[in-house]
Amino acid sequence: MAWAKKILRVNLSKGTCASEPLNMEWAQQYLGQRGLATKYLVAETDPKVDPLSPENKMIMTTGPLTGTMASTGGRYSVVTKGPLTGAIACSNSGGYFGAELKMAGWDMIIFEGKSPKPVYLWLENDKAELRDASHLWGTTTWHTEETIKAAHQDPQIRVASIGRAGENQVLFACVVNDLHRAAGRSGVGAVMGSKNLKAVAVRGTVGVGNVRDFKAFLQATTAAKKVLADNAVTGQGLPKFGTQVLMNVINEVGALPTRNANDVQFEGARKISAEAMHEKRSTDGKANLITNAACFGCTIACGRVSQVDKTHWSVVNSPKYWGATGGLEYENAWSLGAANGVDDLEALTVANMICNEDGMDPITFGATVGAVMEMYQMGVLKKEQIGIESPFGSAQALLEMAHMTAEGRGFGKELALGSARLTKKYGHPELSMTVKGQEFPAYDPRGIQGMGLTYATSNRGACHLRSYTVASEILGVPVKTDPLATDGKPDLVKAFQDATAAFDSSGTCIFTTFAWTLGDLAPQLDAACEGGWTLERLAEVGERIWNMERQYNLAAGLTAKDDDLPKRLKTEPAKTGPAKGMVSGIDKMIPEYYKVRGWTTDGVPTKDTTKRLGL
Amino acid sequence: MQKSLHIDPNKCTGCLQCEMACSYENYGAFNISKSRIKVFNFESAGRKVPYTCTQCAEAWCMHACPVDAIRIDAATGAKVVFESTCVGCKVCTIACPFGTVNYVADTGKVQKCDLCGGQPACAEACPTGAITYVESDWTGLGKMRQWAEKTDTQPRA
Repeated sequence: MAWAKKILRVNLSKGTCASEPLNMEWAQQYLGQRGLATKYLVAETDPKVDPLSPENKMIMTTGPLTGTMASTGGRYSVVTKGPLTGAIACSNSGGYFGAELKMAGWDMIIFEGKSPKPVYLWLENDKAELRDASHLWGTTTWHTEETIKAAHQDPQIRVASIGRAGENQVLFACVVNDLHRAAGRSGVGAVMGSKNLKAVAVRGTVGVGNVRDFKAFLQATTAAKKVLADNAVTGQGLPKFGTQVLMNVINEVGALPTRNANDVQFEGARKISAEAMHEKRSTDGKANLITNAACFGCTIACGRVSQVDKTHWSVVNSPKYWGATGGLEYENAWSLGAANGVDDLEALTVANMICNEDGMDPITFGATVGAVMEMYQMGVLKKEQIGIESPFGSAQALLEMAHMTAEGRGFGKELALGSARLTKKYGHPELSMTVKGQEFPAYDPRGIQGMGLTYATSNRGACHLRSYTVASEILGVPVKTDPLATDGKPDLVKAFQDATAAFDSSGTCIFTTFAWTLGDLAPQLDAACEGGWTLERLAEVGERIWNMERQYNLAAGLTAKDDDLPKRLKTEPAKTGPAKGMVSGIDKMIPEYYKVRGWTTDGVPTKDTTKRLGL
Repeated sequence: MQKSLHIDPNKCTGCLQCEMACSYENYGAFNISKSRIKVFNFESAGRKVPYTCTQCAEAWCMHACPVDAIRIDAATGAKVVFESTCVGCKVCTIACPFGTVNYVADTGKVQKCDLCGGQPACAEACPTGAITYVESDWTGLGKMRQWAEKTDTQPRA
């Protein structure tokens, strides 16, 4: 029973913190983290709620394997209704915060209401209190974390906070923990800001002691670690190159959305790739990449630690950016770089730092800049409106827009809306590369067809982390499928979605699935938790979670019409590369997907399906 | 043959598997706050450094203890705290120049690394080889080999 069996309920309106037992019946049906927290949200809130109103709730949640020796067992998620999408939001983060929360003896924290003034939650094992955060309001996540640690005279405290973006309710604000790890997508940081909750600071010394069978658990986790170590992706590729290993690969297969998806290949890809991060700079003779780093419990260690060139124009007068910090991941290098045609590795690294510092999702931010640059090129937006000349490829414009969005000034207030609202405002909604209001990430559905279906059907808006079919279509994991084919993709996407939902509910990282299947996860969970956790049961739990999220979105007012891709991907063929001439076959895949899911032709789970899943 | 823990910070990723293994070995729970090995994160330098007791031959903690609660394990050479004797006076924590003996409020005793009786759990758990358990007389062997590899004394053709 690796659950702590205890949840903390924080009513920000009343300023109260109360402990209550975890609903163990639900834990058996929804496992933990993503699944279990969503169950609580569904049970306790109206799906039609305004995401930024006090009536919305925000849940920080761990999984049963969080805080254990299972590899990557340090994850936590923030679950709420997302302001960017109006759909379920569930953003997952690593670092050390999640494990600390679990080691303090809690499975999850449910935040409800809205504090009358800025506060932070101070949690020391079972002692929870809200403290004044007016001195932290208006400051960055970096400053907040440092200040809280100093105030409590304890460097071992872990902090998750929002920066100015969350305070200003930038619709793609994230929650940042451990300086450069983030619950990144769908605007969960804006929800936190709407509640006047600046930070959560945790110190946990209780530990995780209630593992069902420690001996079996250590055997299972040791065996699973060996699977990761022996795998070429998790054992070699990710530690050495990080997720950035993909930049050149995806560019070569012609699926790197470039300049707001006008192209599918970027001539500057190599300059912003993992390989480039390893190369010594001509300016100071040092490489951008210092080392790799792990999140709590992770034996893969894909994290990047980078240090920018101090003489680079973007930081020459800003010493606070000179130290080593979180470096570029693939999605960020793409969104800040290729999506805008910017090929300056140092500038991208700095833009990424600004996103971490003030808590913004770099995927949505970067893709929004891409849409702005296209409107600038078209003459729809002028220099006077934006504040800077903004053609594709301008690193200066990218960084200026990052600063103004983070600080909430000038055109930054418009960028804060995300591309769907911004392009609509200026009369060009077709330029927004979004599904359900959320920007799609670094895989072009014209070159990787399964990702089109992944984006269109993702419950939290366009996202690669709900069903990463790139693994199969490009890397051949677990079996190779043709990236340009649509046949069989509905089945593939469903299988990935269900498995991913189970992984996201366990406390482990989805990156393990380059090597692990549910068959590797099951024995670890079964040794940790009561209830007989098998591969089959996990697949069913995953499917149950997926359908529960779907029902939430339907109740929130979304329909089958929202399971669609931007027109550009369906009508403008890829211009170069292996997918040249292709558009997305999404319209063919959707009806088949609904059938595979056991949904009606309108995308509603049938009675048989909900009954079978116990919903 | 006596062995020692050998630490290569350049290989440390900061995953804390060592801290979890240590706490499980000694307290039966995953609780990094109770670990006798600590990984320090020097954020702005991008460095992570595991640190624990080096088992001094002339152990100041042992000499400082007024009740002889710290004794040498003859098999491993580890300086081991006998909890039944320890009175929690903390003099050893002052005497240790490296800070690797620490008080545990929950038990009222001090704790330090005891090399797990010759099978250090931290070294077994480390996924990158940053923590190894090697012959005490040759903790520098790996580094010597690295430098040796770099020397260029062969006559060139």
